Amino acid sequence: MRNKYSVFSLIKNALSNHENWQRAWKDPTPKKEYDAVIVGGGGHGLATAYYLAKKHNMNNIAVVEKGWIGGGNTGRNTTIIRSNYLWDASAGLYDHALKIWEGLSQELNYNVMFSQRGVMNLAHNLQDVRDLKRRTHANRLNGIDAVYLSTEEVKKFCPIINTSPDIRYPVLGGTLQRRAGTARHDAVAWGYARGADGMGVDIIQNCEVKGIKRNGDSVEGIETTKGFIKTKKIGVVAAGHSSVIANMAGLRLPLESKPLQALVSEPVKPIIDTVVMSNAVHAYVSQSDKGELVIGAGTDDYVSYTQKGSHQIVEGTLNAILELYPIFSRMRMLRQWGGIVDICPDASPILSKTSIKGLYFNCGWGTGGFKATPGSGDLFAHTIANDQPHKLNAAFNLNRFVSGDLVDEHGAAAVAH
Amino acid sequence: MFLINCPYCGERDQQEFKAGGEAHIERPKQPTELSDDEWAEYLFIRKNIKGVQFERWNHAHGCRKWFNMVRDTSNDEIREIYKMGEKPPSQ
Repeated sequence: MRNKYSVFSLIKNALSNHENWQRAWKDPTPKKEYDAVIVGGGGHGLATAYYLAKKHNMNNIAVVEKGWIGGGNTGRNTTIIRSNYLWDASAGLYDHALKIWEGLSQELNYNVMFSQRGVMNLAHNLQDVRDLKRRTHANRLNGIDAVYLSTEEVKKFCPIINTSPDIRYPVLGGTLQRRAGTARHDAVAWGYARGADGMGVDIIQNCEVKGIKRNGDSVEGIETTKGFIKTKKIGVVAAGHSSVIANMAGLRLPLESKPLQALVSEPVKPIIDTVVMSNAVHAYVSQSDKGELVIGAGTDDYVSYTQKGSHQIVEGTLNAILELYPIFSRMRMLRQWGGIVDICPDASPILSKTSIKGLYFNCGWGTGGFKATPGSGDLFAHTIANDQPHKLNAAFNLNRFVSGDLVDEHGAAAVAH
Repeated sequence: MFLINCPYCGERDQQEFKAGGEAHIERPKQPTELSDDEWAEYLFIRKNIKGVQFERWNHAHGCRKWFNMVRDTSNDEIREIYKMGEKPPSQ
């Protein structure tokens, strides 16, 4: 059982120089058999395990992770959380996640530093204006808060934006979702890991999956670098490596894995108290609690698993940032990195059963999976436990690529993919 | 970032090029007779290999010609480049 974090535990541990804090999660050796195994110990995988244990009483389960907790895309994204998606299916999925975010720190007894500082999306041409107005209406019909802002209102909400009509892509307006914001990304993984571990889930790090054993149309277990693990249910949440894992089971997916880059600047005093995204020029920026500007760039157009992207992608993003925020012209960037994102043809995720019994996939989140972490885990746990999807993720099945019933969020989801 | 040896122009910076995805996906000869599964396979399903993969590239800001490339996606190393219509080298 986990000790509860509170002001009393803080005082108690302060008296012993913080040397006796309980481990946040154990370091178990894998058992021979589990009721279910989750492949991938990122935010989505750990959330899946957490909700399997909490809501579906599946406590004899494990999460196997190739590297370490929080070392993959969970620790590489730009931490933006929002739910202002155009289509009903996406709005349902992402707003489900946003509602869980609102109480997550209390639920996990772990401060994920969720901050509803608002997310503003900018329009730079007439088509942007029409699209954003349409999306604002669609959001409000789905019960998601959204307002359309004029250029003056954009300037008022974020005064450092250059709203001069003379710039290459002038700001013609924008939308604002006030409930949206950011959270500390690795704290989300740690909080879910600690919560799942407290309910008996084995979190096995440095354990790479090498093969999936099948018996006809059902799964029997996984080969790992720590030996064979028998299980009847496998939930794969492997992000950029989903196609690699699928290949082990003889399954092929509609995914392409590409590098997505982000960068942070040197820390400075508070200058931007919201998140601003621009679809047309592909630049988004927020400020971390440490004071760094957190900047998201785009994906490269070729398949790569190298976790580094092309320099010109970063250059293009910074050009756009400098035009929109001339005040940043002398900022120095501290770090730049890449993560491998798995992109679906319709830029929507897959949370689905497969043609193989007991094999489930949660993938295809592309460039925007972090915001969905709690909802994705909750719905994927439901899908695995009941062997059928929840109504909120029914549309995100693998069969949509055969039926043609796509959830086409390309360009409609307030950000370029 | 890497250099690409265009078969028509020689070695150029990668930013002059546009990636065109997996190579050697043949357009169905009888589209009217394809099942939904076969359409899904043709349109959406991709190998997405971690390792050596066959790809199409276009010298978009150069000669604008298409060509094929054999590339290792785990380290971005280009193994071979060959023209459209040529037989893929055995890897």
